[in-house]
Amino acid sequence: MAFLYQTGRYFLFLGKVFGRPVKHRIFFKQIIDEIDDLGIGSLGIVIIISFFIGAVITLQTAYNIELPIIPKYTVGVAARDTILLEFSSTIVSLILAGKVGSHIASEIGTMRVTEQIDALDVMGINSAGYLVLPKVVAMIFINPFLVMISMGVGIGGGWLAGASTGVVPSPEFIYGIQYGFIPFYVTYSLIKSVVFGFLIASISGFWGYYTSGGALEVGRSSTRAVVVSSVQILLFNLILTQLLLA
Amino acid sequence: MIEVNNIYKSFEGNDVLKDVSGVFESGKTNLIIGQSGSGKTVLLKTIVGLHEVDKGEIIYDGRSFTGMHTKARKDIRKEMGMLFQGSALFDSKTVEENVRFPLDIFSEMSLVDRIDRANFCLKRVHLENVNHLYPAEISGGMQKRVAIARAIALNPKYLFCDEPNSGLDPRTSIVIDELIYEITKEYNITTIVNTHDMNSVMGIGEKVVFIAEGEKCWEGTKDEILKSDNSRLNDFIFASKFLKQLRAGV
Ligand SMILES: Nc1ncnc2c1ncn2[C@@H]1O[C@H](COP(=O)(O)OP(=O)(O)OP(=O)(O)O)[C@@H](O)[C@H]1O
Ligand SMILES: [Mg+2]
Repeated sequence: MAFLYQTGRYFLFLGKVFGRPVKHRIFFKQIIDEIDDLGIGSLGIVIIISFFIGAVITLQTAYNIELPIIPKYTVGVAARDTILLEFSSTIVSLILAGKVGSHIASEIGTMRVTEQIDALDVMGINSAGYLVLPKVVAMIFINPFLVMISMGVGIGGGWLAGASTGVVPSPEFIYGIQYGFIPFYVTYSLIKSVVFGFLIASISGFWGYYTSGGALEVGRSSTRAVVVSSVQILLFNLILTQLLLA
Repeated sequence: MIEVNNIYKSFEGNDVLKDVSGVFESGKTNLIIGQSGSGKTVLLKTIVGLHEVDKGEIIYDGRSFTGMHTKARKDIRKEMGMLFQGSALFDSKTVEENVRFPLDIFSEMSLVDRIDRANFCLKRVHLENVNHLYPAEISGGMQKRVAIARAIALNPKYLFCDEPNSGLDPRTSIVIDELIYEITKEYNITTIVNTHDMNSVMGIGEKVVFIAEGEKCWEGTKDEILKSDNSRLNDFIFASKFLKQLRAGV
């Protein structure tokens, strides 16, 4: 029951988010600010995590297929596909759900409990749209870039790990990442990243917006935002994989 | 003038407002007084439409607010300014940006004019040289004044203040009260102020509505309030031993 209630409320909330917007000039500036805050602000963590996971994926794959008859370049192939298909889009989005999601929910939640949202409503501003739409647009726009950067850095990390340890020599790895490359895998990941960006911003905005109480509830909303958006990312990952790759 | 006719409001079976009526006149500081939890904030938020009434009507100068759609309400909203119990300044914006905010959103003025207007409003509440500070960097009393400046930026016809001097020292409280009073007179605003501070009542209570447990128990002026024989009102006003003794003395 609670699930149905919240789902219904979420869709009504989306209606408000996409309702009556503010002046274009203000909206545009907000989007730029959010891209800076949510996107550029997440670049560091995306790069660090992608680099190390890319390295680990390569090494683990290499150690797992230590049969002399399997050529070394297959490690490059496997690492590339893992990163392109799953790691960069899904894992990076899950990490962003934690970082960006909690940030959005606590920012908006704090505005709710300190009556800043009431202040917007009294002025006749569509508070849900004013606060959440720029974040949604910014995340939809910036998430694919973060995912592409993650792909590059992840593969780079794999290459460096393989080459520096001598487990997968550089020429073989580079041959491997080009071998049987399917460009659609990148498209597929970017489509997922757009959907995930939308889910993170809208779900976190939703939990923040309907916070009531005080500091304790803001913390609770922010936890909820992270949990719910993570679960939804996993669920939509399954759905999109079935739709796009089957 | 704002007319409130027999409004009811409850939250999940908790009846907070029960058949409240009242007339709040323009150019006057109208006070709503009552104990903590009596429903003052709910009443004010219901009047401005942040809560929907369950029953009853609210009329702004002949325009029935309760019967209106969101779109039509927007026009009346532009005539409202509100000061919240906790100031509710946007903490990601500077003082000047806070005051300019309603202008940025609604007015067609140029940036220079908007900044001028913001500075004018800030000067009106006696604040200077704080334009580029953030709300967290100024005192509570200054925050209230910034909130007043923001509330009057669009030249409102209606001003709502929820406990404008809660958490302030008596002297600063009086400054805030007087500011609200002066602005009300200057621009002939219909002002409604929530308070439980008797100093405010005696200072600016041109019209006072007393509510207890969500019901209107008494209304009158500050001159009538001390002579009333309404027992619930007297319990509220003469709550302290000191005042009771003082009253017994006179
Ligand atoms: N959004 C809400 N949902 C449910 N109950 C509420 C809500 N807002 C207020 N109430 C209830 O309404 C009653 C009156 O609250 P209100 O905030 O109006 O009191 P108040 O007179 O403003 O008190 P104070 O002087 O402490 O600010 C309280 O019992 C409160 O629990
Ligand atoms: Mg209150």
